[in-house]
Amino acid sequence: MVFAIVQRLGQMLFVMVGISMLVFAIFFGTPGVDPAARIAGRNASPEVLAAVRVSFGFDQPFYVQYLTMMKKIFVTGDLTSFVNRGWKVVPAVLDTIPVTLSLVGGAAVLWVVFSILIGVLAAAYRGTWIDKSLMILGLIGISMPVYWLGEVMNLITQSRYHDTWMFSWVPPLGYKPLSTNPKGWFLTLVIPWITLSILYIGLYGRVLRANIVEAMQEDYIRTARAKGLSEARILLAHAFRCSLISFVTLFGLDFGALVGGSALLTEVVFGLQGVGKLTYDALQNLDLPVIMTTVLYASFFVVMANALVDMIYILLDPRVRRS
Amino acid sequence: MTAQAVDLQIKSRGPWATALFRLSRDRTALVALAVFLLVAVCCLMAPLYAAWAGVDPFKSTVNASVTLNGVTRPVMELPTDGLALGYTPIGPTWVPGTYFLGADNQGRDVMARLLYGGMNSFVIAASATAMTLFFATIFGLVAGFFGGIIDMVLSRILDVLWAFPVYLLAISLSIVLIAQGITIGPIVIDSGSLFLPVFIIGVIYIPYVARPIRGQVMALRHGEFVLAAIGLGVPTHRILTKDVLPNISTTLIVFIPIMMALNMLTESALSFLSIGVQPPDASWGTIIQDGQTLLYTRPAVALAPGVMIVITVLALNVFGDGLRDALDPKSKIKLGQG
Repeated sequence: MVFAIVQRLGQMLFVMVGISMLVFAIFFGTPGVDPAARIAGRNASPEVLAAVRVSFGFDQPFYVQYLTMMKKIFVTGDLTSFVNRGWKVVPAVLDTIPVTLSLVGGAAVLWVVFSILIGVLAAAYRGTWIDKSLMILGLIGISMPVYWLGEVMNLITQSRYHDTWMFSWVPPLGYKPLSTNPKGWFLTLVIPWITLSILYIGLYGRVLRANIVEAMQEDYIRTARAKGLSEARILLAHAFRCSLISFVTLFGLDFGALVGGSALLTEVVFGLQGVGKLTYDALQNLDLPVIMTTVLYASFFVVMANALVDMIYILLDPRVRRS
Repeated sequence: MTAQAVDLQIKSRGPWATALFRLSRDRTALVALAVFLLVAVCCLMAPLYAAWAGVDPFKSTVNASVTLNGVTRPVMELPTDGLALGYTPIGPTWVPGTYFLGADNQGRDVMARLLYGGMNSFVIAASATAMTLFFATIFGLVAGFFGGIIDMVLSRILDVLWAFPVYLLAISLSIVLIAQGITIGPIVIDSGSLFLPVFIIGVIYIPYVARPIRGQVMALRHGEFVLAAIGLGVPTHRILTKDVLPNISTTLIVFIPIMMALNMLTESALSFLSIGVQPPDASWGTIIQDGQTLLYTRPAVALAPGVMIVITVLALNVFGDGLRDALDPKSKIKLGQG
């Protein structure tokens, strides 16, 4: 078991190094344009270009440049933007994390609760119209672009129906910190939570239904029936419980990916200053140091989250331990 | 005796014919396929629509005017109520050929741009799907068949790509590529080229397809027919193309509609973030972005492309479900978004 965990940690480190090298190659090694000009942003003056060259060590060999970049981002954290001269990038990225966590955390609660409801309900009534319509609804949820859904939500709750009793409580777009204004925090996030969770409700509901239906054909279900258990008990205590394994894995991966940048589109549409919105703003200004930092921090977070999920597995499931 | 034996022989269909037969019985999947083809054909006729309506969807026409029922109105109207600041483009007239869905911020016909945008979305999604499947097949075949050190190196490369959040990888690639274009020796790719979004989307989903293919090839590698072929001294490239590839072809086909759907969503999202299709070209994502500033005054600009995306992607997903059930009922491929 210890060996498996060490092996997984080694693999994690390898992937992290690989990602950092890939990021380095993309930003500094892509042929065609002077990387200093890329980092300095639009219409940079010769002085700024010279400052970038010195600061990133472009006159030195590649491995020194790579180490310089890594040191600036992870060790000293003194990477500065050249578009907004002197703006410290690493603290700015760390400041946005609570916003992204609030958005993804709330949406996760919604999608877990509703996808379990939908998945179990559809599996219990499989083959009937309830099952079919729930699955079609789920498919529609999967097929909607999340940023477009967000705009439709904004159109309804901020403009067209804002003055009716239904949506008059919706505050203007933006984020309110949980510590100073808990009520405002909750109200501003309700619509983004719903928007972000719809895709995952559809996806998880469908996956859960498929897993339960598959589990219902297993031998232990026949045993449970032979014991005389009620159908509800068989469904919930046996088939559903067993289907939760892949559900939890999927949840770990998606939660990590969302915190690590996939919530970007939702943050942009609702004007929430999270990690994704920061990256998007930097993209509009061609502010590469910011993008390098968010990309590295976010992908490292995803890699570590995935490794954590796997390690919990190794601890829990003896079959994984051996293989 | 022999006559009886011939009679008893049941005519059996081949696996492809069986799949086709199953698919032809699946009415939902067929309807979905028809919807998809209808949208695709309409979008491919975009130049015809623009010529018939007499509009140029790529040129801003803020000074144009439009005559409807004998009343001539400017395309960019001054608002009559409120602060009367700036111009508002004309709303949907619901008259085909004359600003059916209204105009955007530059006075361009949204309906014509919608069709052209759809054309780009289809072309990009299809090319990126082809690219992903091609490279994923090569990766999966080589890693799964040869195993050992080759498999380890390739799998770790896929791990790195896989762990990278999709949109962040796309942003990193596109900020470098799209901001300035790319020059590799004699090859110069312009920053507005459609090839760039195809390349970006094609690359980021390679692990998504390559991993299941690799697993399948690994299982086939130890199949008796492959071992027999190796024992007979059949050259490796022949084993790969004649024995292994046909066995993974159903998986590849099942992936086509799923990847098309995923790529259309990704393309539109990237274009919405202004790192996909570049102006003045259109795609459904760029039109939604154009409509963002007009959301509360002229919602049709942002709503129409979104509805088109939902219809197309839904049709692809439903058809993909049917195709999977027909070809490979036991397969584990699930659909999802990046």
